[in-house]
Amino acid sequence: MKSVRNHLSLVIALLSILFSIQIFIVVDRSITTYKHNLATKYSVVVVSQKKLDTETLLKKNTIIETIEKLSPDNVIEKLDTGMSAKSIDFLKLTLPKFYKIKLTHFPSPSEIDKLTKNLKKNKNIKKIESFSNNHDTTYKLLILFKSVISAFALVMIVVTILLIFKELRIWQFKHNERMNIMGLFGAPTWLRSAVLFRLAIVDALIASALAFILFSIISTNEWVLAQFKTIGISIVIFDPVSDFLILLGIALVLSLLLASFIVLGHKEEV
Amino acid sequence: MDKVIIADNLSLSYSNDETIINKVNFSINSGSFVFITGASGSGKSTLLKSLYGALKPKEGSLVVGGVELRGVSGSKLNFLRKHIGIVFQDYKLVKEWTIEKNIMLPLIINGYEKSVTQNQVDSLLKHVRLKHQAGKYPLELSGGEQQRVAMARALSHNPILILADEPTGNLDDYSSQLIWNLLEGANQQLKTTVIVVTHHIPETMGIDYKHYHIEYGSIHEVS
Repeated sequence: MKSVRNHLSLVIALLSILFSIQIFIVVDRSITTYKHNLATKYSVVVVSQKKLDTETLLKKNTIIETIEKLSPDNVIEKLDTGMSAKSIDFLKLTLPKFYKIKLTHFPSPSEIDKLTKNLKKNKNIKKIESFSNNHDTTYKLLILFKSVISAFALVMIVVTILLIFKELRIWQFKHNERMNIMGLFGAPTWLRSAVLFRLAIVDALIASALAFILFSIISTNEWVLAQFKTIGISIVIFDPVSDFLILLGIALVLSLLLASFIVLGHKEEV
Repeated sequence: MDKVIIADNLSLSYSNDETIINKVNFSINSGSFVFITGASGSGKSTLLKSLYGALKPKEGSLVVGGVELRGVSGSKLNFLRKHIGIVFQDYKLVKEWTIEKNIMLPLIINGYEKSVTQNQVDSLLKHVRLKHQAGKYPLELSGGEQQRVAMARALSHNPILILADEPTGNLDDYSSQLIWNLLEGANQQLKTTVIVVTHHIPETMGIDYKHYHIEYGSIHEVS
C-alpha cells in the first residue's frame, strides 16, 4: 500500500501531462486532415477573356496545384434553342473561358489575397471567385479551435509541472535522509541517487503504460469514432508504436529531470 | 607507530563567526583506543564531524588515514569514508530499510560480493544479539537495539577507524555493555583505531586507552 502511494502522485502527474500531449496531437492531426479535405474540395474559379497560359500561372504561383479548364458545354446546352453546329462552335469561341484552380493546401486569407492579386495582373482575367467569405469563416473557426485546444493543453501542462515541483519537494525531503546516510559511508553520487532514478524510471514506465491502455481504449471507442465520422475525417487517434514511443520518451525525460533536480539540490547535513 | 590522524593548528567553525576548535595540535596512533571528553557545547562532536569530513577545517591541516581534509575533493572523501565506521548518537539508520539492509550498507558501498555480505551480516547480527530481528525496520526496535544495529553497521566492513559519538548516551546497561564490548573487541582483535566522544568513560574498560579533554576550544591529553 505504502509502495503504491509512493508511486501514485508522480504517476498521476505524468499521466495528465501525457494525456494533454496526446490530445493535442489528436487535435493537430484532425485539423491537418480536415484542412487537407477542405483543400481537395476547395477551388478558385477564374473567368478569362482568352485562353490562359497555365504553365506560366503554375510557375508564378507555387500555391496552385492544378488549373483545369471548365467545359462550356453545360452552359451551351442550357442555351440551346435549336442553334446550328456552326453557331455553337462560334459561341464556344466567343464565350469567356472558365478555369477551376486547385491549390496545394487549404490557404490562409492572406494567401488567397496574394493569389487574387497575382491573378489580376493578367489582363485577360476578368473575374476571380475565391468564395472568400465562406473560406474565411471556416479557416478562422479551425484556427480558433486549435488555439483553444493548445491553450487548454498548455494550462494543463503548466499546472501539472507545478504539481511535479511540489512532488519534487516531497521527494527531496523523503530521500534526503537516506542519501545523507549513504554519503556518510562513502557512497558515490550515482549510488546514493540510484534508488531515486529507479523510482523515476519505474513511474515513467507505469505512466506510459497507463497512457497506452487509456488511448488504446479511446481510439477503438465507437462513440469517439462516430464523432470523427460525423465531421468526415478519418485519423489515427493513437499509434501504438510511434505515439507510445513519444509519450514514453516525454515521461522518461520529465521524471529523470525531476530526479536530477533532487540529486543536484542535495546538500550534506552538517 | 603510524599516525592515523594528524591535526596541525586545526581550527573549526560552522560559519565564519565563532571558532569552536581553535588552533589545536594532536595526533592519534593507529590501533589506539581514544576517548574525547568535554562539557556540552565544548566542541567534541564538532571535532568528530571534522574527522569524517562533514565539517571542513577553517584553518590549519587535518589528515585522516593519509587524506588531507582541507579542500578535499568529493571522490577522495568518499574513498576515506569507505574505510571509516561511524556510530552516531541519533543512530542515523535508514528507516525504510530492514536492519539487515542497514548493516549491509557499507558492504554494498565497498562492493563486497553478496555471499560475503550475507555471511558478515549474519555474524554481526549474532554479535549484537539481534539475529531474530533481521527483517524488522529500525522504528520497530528500541533505542538500545537501534544503536546495536548502528554498531554492527560501523563494524561490518572492517574499517581502519571507528568514530563513535556518545554511543551509549541513552542506552540501558545491557546495551551499553554490549556496545563497549564490541568496540573493545574491534580494537583488540582487529587493531581498529577507535575514537569515542563521551561524557563519561566507563569504569569497566579493560583495555589501555588515551583520554583527550576539550575545553574552551583547545584539546589536551589527560594522563
